Amino acid sequence: MTRLDILKTYKIYIGGQFPRTESGRYYPLTGRNKELLANVCLSSRKDFRNAIVAARTAFAGWSSRSGFNRGQILYRIAEMLEGRKEQFIAELMIQGSTPKAASEEVSCSVDLLVYYAGWCDKYQALFSSVNPVASSHFNFSVPEAMGVVSIISSEESSLLGLVSSIAPVITGGNTCVVLASESKPLCSVTFAEVLNSSDVPGGVVNILTGKSSELHQHFASHMDVNALNYHREDKKEITNIREQACLNVKRVFTHSASDVTSGSPYLILENQEIKTTWHPVEQIGPGKAGY
Amino acid sequence: MTQDRKKIVFHHYESTSFSEPGNANKLFFPFYCLNSLVRNSFTFAYSTNQMTTFKIPDFTKSPTIDQVGIEERVARFNTRSIKKESKVKGLKLILNMIDLTTLEGKDTEGKVKQMCYKAMHLHDILPDLPTVAAVCVYPPMVRAAKQALLNSKVKVASVATAFPSGQSTRQVKLLDTRYAVEEGADEIDMVISRGEYLKGNYNFVFDEIAAVKQACGPARLKVIFETGELSTLDNIRRISDLAMYAGADFIKTSTGKISPAATMPVTLVMLEAIRDFYFTTGKMIGMKPAGGISTAKSGLQYLVMLRETLGNDWLSNEWFRFGASSLANDVLMQLVKEKTGVYQSKDYFSAD
Amino acid sequence: MKKNKTPKPLNFSTGWDYAPAPESTDHIKLEKQYDLFIGGKFVKPSGGKYFDTINPATEKKLASIAIAETKDVDKAVQAARKAYDTVWGKMPGAERSKYIFRIARMIQERAREFSVIESMDGGKPIRESRDIDIPLAANHFFYYAGWADKLNYAFPNRKPSSLGVAAQIIPWNFPLLMAAWKIAPALATGNTVVLKPAETTPLTALKLAELIRDSGLPDGVVNIITGAGNTGAAMVGHTGVDKIAFTGSTDVGKLIQKSIAGTNKKLTLELGGKAANIIFEDAPLDQAVEGIINGIFFNQGHVCCAGSRLFIQENVADIVIRKLKQRMETLIIGDPLDKNTDIGAINSKEQLQTILKYIQIGKNEGADIYQSSCSMPAKGFFCKPTLFLNTSQSHRIVQEEIFGPVLTIQTFRTIEEVIEKANNIPYGLSAGVWTDKGSKIFNLTSRLRAGVVWANTYNKFDPTSPFGGYKESGFGREGGLHGLMPYLKF
Repeated sequence: MTRLDILKTYKIYIGGQFPRTESGRYYPLTGRNKELLANVCLSSRKDFRNAIVAARTAFAGWSSRSGFNRGQILYRIAEMLEGRKEQFIAELMIQGSTPKAASEEVSCSVDLLVYYAGWCDKYQALFSSVNPVASSHFNFSVPEAMGVVSIISSEESSLLGLVSSIAPVITGGNTCVVLASESKPLCSVTFAEVLNSSDVPGGVVNILTGKSSELHQHFASHMDVNALNYHREDKKEITNIREQACLNVKRVFTHSASDVTSGSPYLILENQEIKTTWHPVEQIGPGKAGY
Repeated sequence: MTQDRKKIVFHHYESTSFSEPGNANKLFFPFYCLNSLVRNSFTFAYSTNQMTTFKIPDFTKSPTIDQVGIEERVARFNTRSIKKESKVKGLKLILNMIDLTTLEGKDTEGKVKQMCYKAMHLHDILPDLPTVAAVCVYPPMVRAAKQALLNSKVKVASVATAFPSGQSTRQVKLLDTRYAVEEGADEIDMVISRGEYLKGNYNFVFDEIAAVKQACGPARLKVIFETGELSTLDNIRRISDLAMYAGADFIKTSTGKISPAATMPVTLVMLEAIRDFYFTTGKMIGMKPAGGISTAKSGLQYLVMLRETLGNDWLSNEWFRFGASSLANDVLMQLVKEKTGVYQSKDYFSAD
Repeated sequence: MKKNKTPKPLNFSTGWDYAPAPESTDHIKLEKQYDLFIGGKFVKPSGGKYFDTINPATEKKLASIAIAETKDVDKAVQAARKAYDTVWGKMPGAERSKYIFRIARMIQERAREFSVIESMDGGKPIRESRDIDIPLAANHFFYYAGWADKLNYAFPNRKPSSLGVAAQIIPWNFPLLMAAWKIAPALATGNTVVLKPAETTPLTALKLAELIRDSGLPDGVVNIITGAGNTGAAMVGHTGVDKIAFTGSTDVGKLIQKSIAGTNKKLTLELGGKAANIIFEDAPLDQAVEGIINGIFFNQGHVCCAGSRLFIQENVADIVIRKLKQRMETLIIGDPLDKNTDIGAINSKEQLQTILKYIQIGKNEGADIYQSSCSMPAKGFFCKPTLFLNTSQSHRIVQEEIFGPVLTIQTFRTIEEVIEKANNIPYGLSAGVWTDKGSKIFNLTSRLRAGVVWANTYNKFDPTSPFGGYKESGFGREGGLHGLMPYLKF
């Protein structure tokens, strides 16, 4: 007698929890032979709203952690992902990847996480400056996390697109809400499980599945979102996003998926503000009129 | 409760030296509460009919000063443009605020008499000129100065207390002070013990000033900090507070023997201390920057600073003095230039 | 123990007053009429229309200024494109650099003339235009000139290149300085420029156009056109523009962001602010008071980063307010050209009405108003320095940018409370912190959500120092190395 396989219930990830969408809606995901792979949550704007609350709550803690600590946590994500490599390869394959491509995608994702883990305590030095002002002041500029970032990640890639959109954002101390690929959503939920077991505080990364066509305007208009990263090609959505973004002068960054998969500290910098601090410098020297 | 200041009988002074800062208020209690039995308080009899009681603060908690901020404020005073009638009025005010000074080892009665004549006759060709406020001399010159200035309003100020270093015993300093007062000095310019101050021995310095104040009797007391030796503006603010509570009538920057002497930032810190003291106690204290102020332009900048920090009530020689020897002639040259429109030469102004 | 009587306030009213000390206007050359500076020449506007620019201190007309219409904007953009394609875009950085250095030097040579015109056209005191606006403008050109041939060192592992034509729209509060902030980095990075000064303050930008013409900068590299909102909208909407840089109100900034949503134009916005200026009990109080004064009364409060929300720790509130009121009594309001004037004229009648409207709102909201007792000129647009005491975050005058010499004062008890209140605003341009304790400063400076934080100082600017906001105060930085990025692609 053959054993009946246990099917996985794919849920969304908000504030470190795995709820179903509050809307109760779903969409069926089918495999190559039209077999049902999963009933995937069709997240609503209310799910997005809840996710933003979780992200905002987590922001103060995450952004004030040391770069070193964030680096350790990103490295831990890579470790956990490496350990579940086979599961991701299998998931990628049932979503249409060849074995070779699936294996490569997982390896690239792990390597990218390791790459950003190393940046966590280094990009600050790269993008900071001590500014030689002409008055008696000490003046320096440092990058600082922008806040809550909403991300619409690549449609084509199930895992690498997701990882490459999240990693630079959280490396820089931001928290985020990510919309996963609509057609290839499975890895995103499994990746949430990886995050959940990697010391990433709840709320730092929140992952929704669903339709960009429904959600992008909320990603763009929400007044408590500081920046939006868009990794798809839909011109109409981009225009719509940019129009909505002006409500709170949201920063919008659009990239093609291939732009981000290679990794770059400049992608970290995008979601940073530059803060400049001034302080007077007392100048009392010996042997002259110091004051 | 009123009491004539002159009639207060001071107890014999006993030196107290305590290492804990902040205890000044308690430790001085037995000595100062002659008139008031309120603990932690100090009674000032600053005119015959007024008396105010207030707490002596912990001087280690004096306000902090940001040097760069002070310099920016000074720079802004210096952008004021003083022209025409306000310039003439200001220049005359400066003349009237000068303590014409000679403090040299080689001073003689003859030199002092010449300077006293200049003090009363700044530039007789120019009508409506005031006299200077005072002459400032060493104690042995006081009598000669006093005689030379008979029938004038010019006061005689004498340095005392082992000027300029202040390195002597308290007994000598008090004798020095009493001698100058007996010789006829209207004002005493004392120096503080900078070494004791920098050691943190604030009680010693407080005692010292209070004791000299008593020895002054009716003479007004100017307390010289020698700010050039105190290094930081925080120190200058703290000693200003301490000196005013200890009984200074005037606070003064420098002896003129140490560089830097008076500077505008230092003077501003002291003026702000005077202002805060006024609002705490109601008592007006005078200010005397000394040394290094030699041009009319610089004098006007000090006046602007005074006017915009303490207001017009301080704009007289009762509350502000310049300790200077060469300032007067530069001011006179400017006054003549304002009158004639012609730039002047030193050869036309008497040097005494 | 006899209770001390409250000493009477310091007397600043009578006694030694300063005689008028007006800056001479003899050496100022102003034309009766100014045309559009396009392609290296002054050309008549296509519609033949002009508007008046007036002196807000006297309400007298200074000159007629051309109105650029869509056609003129197109001409200017084409001139800029041609200059970019044929000359400026190809020029080696070292050569570009020398042109920009030359502009810096020429501004220094003519600094006094620019200062006087700035004060006449905009109402700001000559002390500020002479000591701050004009020297900083020259320094800005000087600073960015040096970057032109060093861009490859600025961004590790990147080869940056220029964008093309930049359309730049600037406000009326720092007319020449804002022009410098916009033009200098754009030129250094190899872009060409179409710049529009504000309609109430076009004169120094037009004098800069003359200077640029005389400097030998290739024709069309910098084009300066004048007009009101329609001209600006035409610039933003022009398809030949690659980059838009805007400084002004948050409302207009949002409109611009929206209007270019479907394009690939790069955008930087430097918008409004409502900065917290926070005074702790252990602050150097007299210098803090000076910082408050500079924070809110500098340039009549027409400053996007003005410290317009004052927070004082409760246990020193009385003493700080007393000192502040005293300091206000020494502020001189009047003729912007008088060297002793501290507060000049409000830039326009319209802005004065806005400020007065907010003062009325503050009164209606029940906040306690205090104004200095200074004398006011009979003519022109002037506003007394104003404090509103006993306000809270819920007052409209605390929430909205007034852009005038109006300070709202709140007290606070703890550091947590004040950080929350300071950040409780849609803006995030700047903030001030006053305390003697270093560790407290760093706590504050890292937790205040603002692009510029002044600790124990306020309203300091320098070409080397990046400036720009968080949140609704805009994005992108101007000044310093970071100020190059908005004009480059990688």
